[in-house]
Amino acid sequence: MLKQTPLNAAHRRMGAKMVDFGGWDMPLNYGSQLDEHHQVRRDVGMFDVSHMRVVDVQGDDVRGFLRGLVANNVDKLTTPGRGLYSCMLNPEGGVIDDLIIYFMAEDWFRIVVNAGTADKDIAWMREQAAERALTITSRGDLSMIAVQGPHARSKVWAAIPRSETATATMKPFNAVEFQQYFIARTGYTGEDGFEVILPAAEAEPLWQKLFTLGVKPAGLGARDTLRLEAGMNLYGQDMDERTSPLVSGLAWTVDLRSERDFVGKTALQRRDIDRQLVGLLLLDKGVLRAHQIVHTRYGEGEVTSGTFSPTLQQSIALARIPLGIAPGEEVTVQVRDKTLTARVVNYPFVRNGKSCLTI
Amino acid sequence: MNIPAELKYTASHEWVKVNTDGTLTVGITDHAQDLLGDMVFVENPAVGRELKAGEECAVVESVKAASDIYAPVAGIVLTANADVEGSPEVLNQDAYSAWMFTLKPVNPADVNGLMDADAYRALVEAEAH
Repeated sequence: MLKQTPLNAAHRRMGAKMVDFGGWDMPLNYGSQLDEHHQVRRDVGMFDVSHMRVVDVQGDDVRGFLRGLVANNVDKLTTPGRGLYSCMLNPEGGVIDDLIIYFMAEDWFRIVVNAGTADKDIAWMREQAAERALTITSRGDLSMIAVQGPHARSKVWAAIPRSETATATMKPFNAVEFQQYFIARTGYTGEDGFEVILPAAEAEPLWQKLFTLGVKPAGLGARDTLRLEAGMNLYGQDMDERTSPLVSGLAWTVDLRSERDFVGKTALQRRDIDRQLVGLLLLDKGVLRAHQIVHTRYGEGEVTSGTFSPTLQQSIALARIPLGIAPGEEVTVQVRDKTLTARVVNYPFVRNGKSCLTI
Repeated sequence: MNIPAELKYTASHEWVKVNTDGTLTVGITDHAQDLLGDMVFVENPAVGRELKAGEECAVVESVKAASDIYAPVAGIVLTANADVEGSPEVLNQDAYSAWMFTLKPVNPADVNGLMDADAYRALVEAEAH
């Protein structure tokens, strides 16, 4: 039996094609995935991301606990509502999950984790917290709606009365509690917008309100093409427990400078880094897909995520390839019986509706 | 579900039209395009290629996934539709006018082994359960 979010009936009413996504019955699209993609880039769209899990960590010295738990440094979080993207590593330096940590108060940090890894994450957190006086609460009572696109914020302001005052000057990667809502200026699309965490019973009323304001729903299909254009990693595809953040394009999220120790730090310092995550732009016709083999002058690599970019009208990918191959170089990718040419590029590919390609 | 009565079908979701001159026109069914979603890439077989029945001979790719197209019967490729390669989205708009390629069958009687519309409908409904 698949798990359902509180918006399941709404998705079906809106004609969604539903798929099994890591044990959740989720909307893939509501018609055309490409239309939904462009809608978000050009105007606004909304996603049900209630399958993601909110975890509240409360008690004495939560900050001290998190300093040791995650690879990024929670000491960067100094003002309430501030969010931090980080990886949580195993002792071998592999990625257990990527997550966002919000600083609510010194005795309360809120963590948002991936759906498929949530139970494993919480078990790991509890194990790590064993000696501490901490409460780790899985907030299955909360839902999450992501409203994304250049017009996303104004639609949320229209849907939630008086929320504009509370969030108008809020910068990206910050959040605020407003009435029963937790409104974060975050997303997974490369566009402006909010992710709204709210009680499950409030999810459908907000969804319907946004819909009547002209916000169209978008499914997981568009979510994937949007995040890949935005150059954002997908857990389980671009990194997992066997890969370190240092070979996954996530070195910027790992703090090795501070004195503090964290799980996986020693392993990261010991590991030789021989690979890198790069962007690929396919120059030939075709579509890059995960697991295709990449040939470079320093040896083989592998596509970790690939798709057709609706914005660029060309296939793009993230690929893990040997170090030393630089942006601008051409590599080949084996696609079925054909050898196609791709260019190594810096990513993101697209941000705020525009191509970021410079070469 | 759009399954025209006058066409023949394969279990791998190709449709086949028997033309008056005995040649065959091949495409993918409306059900197939619906399963795959927005099409972004089509690769047709080379004209003149000799195909065995059931041989992988073309590829359609949606944003979501790649799918092989199989020769419904043995034959020689006569023409390939460049329009669907240039604009793969026509497969989503009307799967039965967006043909992919035409074949001269080795044995014209082979089409009798393909499914009719009723049999194909039953197959699709069975797959849905």
